[in-house]
Formats: sequence, structure tokens, C-alpha cells
Amino acid sequence: MPLNLIITGVGGQGNVLASQILGRTAVRHGFKVTIGETFGLSQRGGPVMSHICISETKNYSPIIPPNMAHIILGLEPLEGIRIINEFGNPETTYIVNSRPIHPLNVIAGEVEYPDPEWIRDVLAQAGRTLFWLDAAQLAMDLGGPIMLNMIMVGALCALPGFPVNGDQIKEILPEIFSKKAIEANLKAIDVGGGLITENEN
Amino acid sequence: MTIIIKKKESLELLQGNEAIARGALEGGVRFCSGYPGNPSSEIIDTLAKAAHSLSIYVEWSVNEKVALEAATAASFAGLRSIVCMKQNGVNVVSDFLTNLTLSGTKGGIVLVSCDDPSGISSTNEEDARPFATLTDIPLLEPATPQEALEMTRWAVELSEEIQNVVMLRSVSRLSHTRSNVHMKNLPDFNTKACFDISTAFHTFPVVDKHKARDAKLVKASQIFEESPFNRYVGHSRPELLVITSGCASNYVVDAVGILGLKDRVGILKLGTTSPLPVKLLTRYLSTCNRILFAEEIDPFLEKEIKSLAGDLAKEIGLKEFMGKASGHIPSCGELSPGHLMEVLGNLFNISWKKDEYREKISGLIKDAIPPREFGFCPGCPHRGSYYAIKLALAWDNRQGFVSGDIGCYTLGIWPTGFNQVKSVHAMGSGLGLACGYGKLDQFGFDQPVITVCGDSTFYHSGLPAMVNATFNQADVLLLILDNSATAMTGFQPHPGCGKTAMGNVTDVVDMEGLCRSMGAEVMVADPYEMEKTAEIIYGLLQKRGQRVLILRRKCALVQGREGGFPYKVEIDQDLCLGEECGCNRYCTRIFRCSGLVWDNQVGKACIDKIICVGCGICVDICPQGAINKTIK
Repeated sequence: MPLNLIITGVGGQGNVLASQILGRTAVRHGFKVTIGETFGLSQRGGPVMSHICISETKNYSPIIPPNMAHIILGLEPLEGIRIINEFGNPETTYIVNSRPIHPLNVIAGEVEYPDPEWIRDVLAQAGRTLFWLDAAQLAMDLGGPIMLNMIMVGALCALPGFPVNGDQIKEILPEIFSKKAIEANLKAIDVGGGLITENEN
Repeated sequence: MTIIIKKKESLELLQGNEAIARGALEGGVRFCSGYPGNPSSEIIDTLAKAAHSLSIYVEWSVNEKVALEAATAASFAGLRSIVCMKQNGVNVVSDFLTNLTLSGTKGGIVLVSCDDPSGISSTNEEDARPFATLTDIPLLEPATPQEALEMTRWAVELSEEIQNVVMLRSVSRLSHTRSNVHMKNLPDFNTKACFDISTAFHTFPVVDKHKARDAKLVKASQIFEESPFNRYVGHSRPELLVITSGCASNYVVDAVGILGLKDRVGILKLGTTSPLPVKLLTRYLSTCNRILFAEEIDPFLEKEIKSLAGDLAKEIGLKEFMGKASGHIPSCGELSPGHLMEVLGNLFNISWKKDEYREKISGLIKDAIPPREFGFCPGCPHRGSYYAIKLALAWDNRQGFVSGDIGCYTLGIWPTGFNQVKSVHAMGSGLGLACGYGKLDQFGFDQPVITVCGDSTFYHSGLPAMVNATFNQADVLLLILDNSATAMTGFQPHPGCGKTAMGNVTDVVDMEGLCRSMGAEVMVADPYEMEKTAEIIYGLLQKRGQRVLILRRKCALVQGREGGFPYKVEIDQDLCLGEECGCNRYCTRIFRCSGLVWDNQVGKACIDKIICVGCGICVDICPQGAINKTIK
């Protein structure tokens, strides 16, 4: 049985890089990994979704079958809740960053962005566990919004039973980030991990 | 640094496009060309990064046709080459391709088309596979990154063996899938390029060359009979035979596994999809009378195999075919495991849907999830350009409109570009259409037309239309939205950039000079100065002849990487009148920048400090002057 993980968010949040780092780490530790990436027309601001399937035995297809996600990692709350009908199930674990990025049609006043607390309630009822994290603020504290993805990866890898751990991720990061950026990203993994262990206790 | 330059074998996580690039290198390819277009761009991007350390040549050509021609020269000189494009690019190369496949080739040459089911980043979801049958060349369809590597490597050899182009077809989902890939050792690169002047490559006599091309195809079909890329899994007499290819085959395998149908459904995955391996198909078609086709975009295999089954009817008997024609498989759009579970679940009466869960979730969320509209990035110069166009056309007030083209600025058809663009089709077509509008005055046409075209698009195929405008004295107003990059596909350099794919410095092809030499009146403006630009556009709208306005400003993402923007933008909420202002939330309702938002708590505009990049152009739009910029 593979582990089916979906990372969803908005263009520019570092979704693709996060899944690449996770995938590379898992491959390095003997797993079969398939990652399907959907990024649409726009470079920034459009929805971006990665389907990540980690298995000990075989490579599965790059699209996770309906309602078969074990974990949904939402870098943005609206993008998190958007896919629960299609991919979630009563056993899904949600890790969701609480800070909204408003779509242009919301900014224009044509449609309303749902109340984040309502999103939190729905996600809590929809799956097995919800980790609702104020990761955007922590990212700002670490140097800027671009730190968000590594905080969320750190949180993900701290989940009990997740195939790779934060230390294994940290071993890969020097291959990805420049010397200048590495320290903050290493720290982000720890900060993210702390959010889960804190919640667990 | 890219992983694919590793000389020794290793196991890596590779993207489908990276795997194609590695396969080319393992196949001894030394000349690589292409034109950027999602989902194909990363192949050449990756090879370009490998160019210097592996002493290969890589170029972004001005368009796909020139890319194939350049790669063909390498083939004629005995080198192995690859040429990469998206599906639309195959249309552009087709004129040369139909003739090249008659003359034949020498060094192995692989044409990669990355098709885009659902048009995730395209103007269409064209299936490029029929070009293989149109031009009688072998077609390969990989299903996974591992297979993409192996097939590309083999395609080079196959091409050399039959002395003709081999086409490899990927789709977005495969090109952008990452998975475990086993890379083999890289061969040594040492062939000397040389054109043997005792040979010649042309299409004459045409009928003889056509015959020779057919013979090459027959040879390919014989080779395909034994290809390891065609695989069958399942019972020897299955209840249903699924014939599938490419990425769709993964969905079939997953669906069959999830529904527990492994003993009842046989899966024939074809990797060599044209010409068909007839003996192999005869064998498998004989095992089962119910056949389902699962492939992406057109019913390509479905039609070919049905036709074959007609020829084989005496031998294989009567068959029940299901697929796109029968409605079992959606006739358009990308497939998924869910689509296959749906059709297989229905055929075998297996219920798998999580109806109860879905009803619960639908009850909770109702219709409270707004879609995320496409939009220009914060700081994007196109927002300024379209704002200026909107102003100028409104002042002019003669029902003017914009003829659009291909690039980020295609988004001008939507509210982010103030819905100014009224037609979009193919690369360079905006200006071609404008040439036509520019000759309609004798039929009473009196609306002004503005054409927009990106810098890369202008070089790609805007140029011939510009020549046509001068030649035929068409009244055209062309706005070249010059953001100094092929932005949409990942910032590849183009002839106006002064840099090649391999990072070498080169002469800039001067677009002002080009347009002037064609007799056009040429002006340059800054799209960030929206009012001033609008006045210039308005002025140009009042003139006739060939007018070119270059709106020059770096792509905001490039600017962001190169040090960012100078301003800190703030809203003075004392000056903002909020809902009370007669502007009716003009800044957020119309301007639609994700950095400039509405503060629902106080009912006034505010800046999203995380999103706003500090371009400062919104300062000019507020009637109250409540938006301020200060140097950071």
C-alpha cells in the first residue's frame, strides 16, 4: 500500500520544490516515488498541486485516485479545502497553513473568501486529524514568505510513520539551496517539525 | 548543476523531461534544439545546463521549424540530434517534416512532441500523433520517466537504423512527473561532423522517395514486433482486454489493481504506437472479444486498431470495441485513474465510490469555495500595458479592440487584462489578423485594432506578418510587449536577449531597427507609466500606416530575482473613502493586483505586504490619491 500525499497551494509558494526535495530524499532512502505536478497557465498566483506517491514496492501513477489521499498538505487554506471532496476521505490527515492568499476574484469583490475559521472547522470534521498551523508568520520570522514550504515539509516529516524524517531531508538540502540560503531552510525544517510534536503532546 | 551530466550510472529522481534529456545523452545525441513551450521546455533547459561540461551543442531556435532544420543539418553531417517542442510546434515544423521524411536522414534524429491533454498550459489540446502517420515516421509513446529515458535512447538508434526521423510523444503529466529513474553510463562523444558530398538529401524523384519511405516504415513495424516497450500483463484469456499507451497506461494499471480485476482484465500497453505491430496485435486481439481503448486526446490507436481488426476479421472474429467512439472513455480532456475506475467499475459492476463521504463534504462546503482566477503576477508589466490600452481605446471611443497572441499576455482575454483581448489563436497570428483588419476599410470597417505580441513571439512568427503589413500597406498598430524573456515557459533567452541557451553572449537582434527597416513608425514606452503610455497609444490610434510601439519593462519575476523593486507601497486609509467613494472600489474591483486588497474590517483598500512586490504602478489609479509609494 503506497502513501498518497497531496501538496496543494498557490503558484510562487514553492510547492514544486517542496515535492522535489521530499521525493529526492525518499528515493535516496530506497523508496519508489512518483510525483505528478500540475501548474497551470500563470507563473504566479494560480493553483499548484503535487501528487506524491511513496511506496516500498512499485511506482504508481502520477495522479492519486479519487478519495485516496492519506495526507493533504495545504500551503494555503482555500487550496487545501478545495480538493477534499475529490481526494480526501475520513482517514485523511490535514496539515494546513492558516494564512489565506486571496484570489483576484475575491479581491475584486465578486466572490467571498470563506472565513478561515470555517475552513478549519470543515477540515477538522472531514478527516482524521487536522494540524492548523500559523506557518506564514513563522516563515516571515525566518526571513520571508519563501520559507513557508520548508516549514511545512518539516511539519510533514514529523508525522508519526511518515517514510522520511526531518534529519534525512536536511541531508538533501545542501544539494538544493545555495550556501546563503541553507541555514534558514535547515532551521525551517526544525521549526515545522516542532509544530507537529507540540500539537501531538 | 543538473543531475543528468553524471557520467556513471546512478538511480535518481528525475522529471519526465529530464529523463528525455538524459536518454538523448545516453543515446549519443550531440546537437539539441527547440523552441520553448510548456510542457516541453525543461528538456532543452536541462540539456543547456549540460552543454559545456559534456561538449554538446544546445540552442533555443527562433521557432520550431528552424529548430528541426538546424538539428537536421547535424544529422546530415552524421551527428545524432534531438529537437523538442510542444504540440503546437509540430504544426510549425510540419512543412519541413513532410519533405524531410521523404529525403531521409543520416545521423539519428528524434523529434519530441509534448502534448497537453486538457490544455493545461496551451491554447488547445491538439494530438500531435497523427503527424507521425501523415509523414510515415515511427512513433514512440513512453509511459513513465524511466521509459522516457530508455525510449529516447533507443529512438536515436532506431532513427539511424531506418535513416528517418523518429517521433517521441510525451504528455504534460509525464513530462512533469518525477520518479525513480535508473541512468546508465554516458557514452563518449567523439564523432566528427562531416557532410559526405557523394550523397544528397532531397525528395526527387518524389514517387521513388515515397516508396523508400514506406519501406522504412515496414522495417520499423518489423522491429516493433519484438520491442520490449510493448507489454502485456494479465490472464491469457481475459474477460476484457484494455489496449493503452503512454501516461494513460499508468491509470489503467492503478484502476485494475484498486478494483481487484487483475485476473479478469488483460492490459496491453503499447509503446510503439505507429506503425502498429500487426502480429503482436493479432495475437492479443485473438485472446478476447471485448476490447477497451485507453489513450489521451484523440482516438488514435482506437481508430488504427479498429481498422486493423477489420482487415483481420476472418482470423480474429467479431469484436466489441469500447473507447472514445462508444462514449466509455471521455472524448476530450486529460484522463485519470478515476476515469478508468469509473468505466471498469461499470463494466464489472463493482462499486468503489465514497458516496457517503462525498455527500457529507458537499453538505459541509456547499458552494463556498470560490475558483482561483488566473491573473498577472504582482508587478507584471502586462497589467500596465493593458491598463494603458483600455484607457486609450476608451478615449478613442470607436469600438476598438485588441488582437491577441501567445504568451503570458494571452491572459488579456480575462479580467486581469481588463478583457481587452478579443481573439487568440497561434504564435504570431495576432499580427496576421491585424493585417487583414488593416485592409477592411474599403468594406466599411472603421474600428481601430491594436495587436499585442510578446518579444519572443515577435521573432518566432510575428516578423513575416510585419513584412506583409508593409508589403500590402495594411494599417496596423503593433504593441510589442517586450519583457526581455520568454516568460511564460521559464525565462528562456530569445534573439532580443543578447544571450544564447548555453549562456553565451550574442548580438541582440534589434527589434526597433527591424521594424524601422520595414518602414514602420517605431516608438518605445514604459508600461509602468500607464497614463503616458495611454496617451502615446491614443496618438498612434489617430494615425494610419504601420505603427509599432514597444512597451519595454522586465518581467516582474526576473526583476524580483535581480534585486527587486524600489518602492514600499502603502494605503493612506484616512484618504481612502472606502465604500463611500464614488469609485466603487476601483482599485480592487478593476485593477485586480493580488498585492492590493480590500480590508473588510475597515471597508477600505490595503496592501498585502507579503504579496506586494513594490512596483508602485497602482499609485496612479486612485481618484483620492490614497495610494503612496516611498523609496524602500
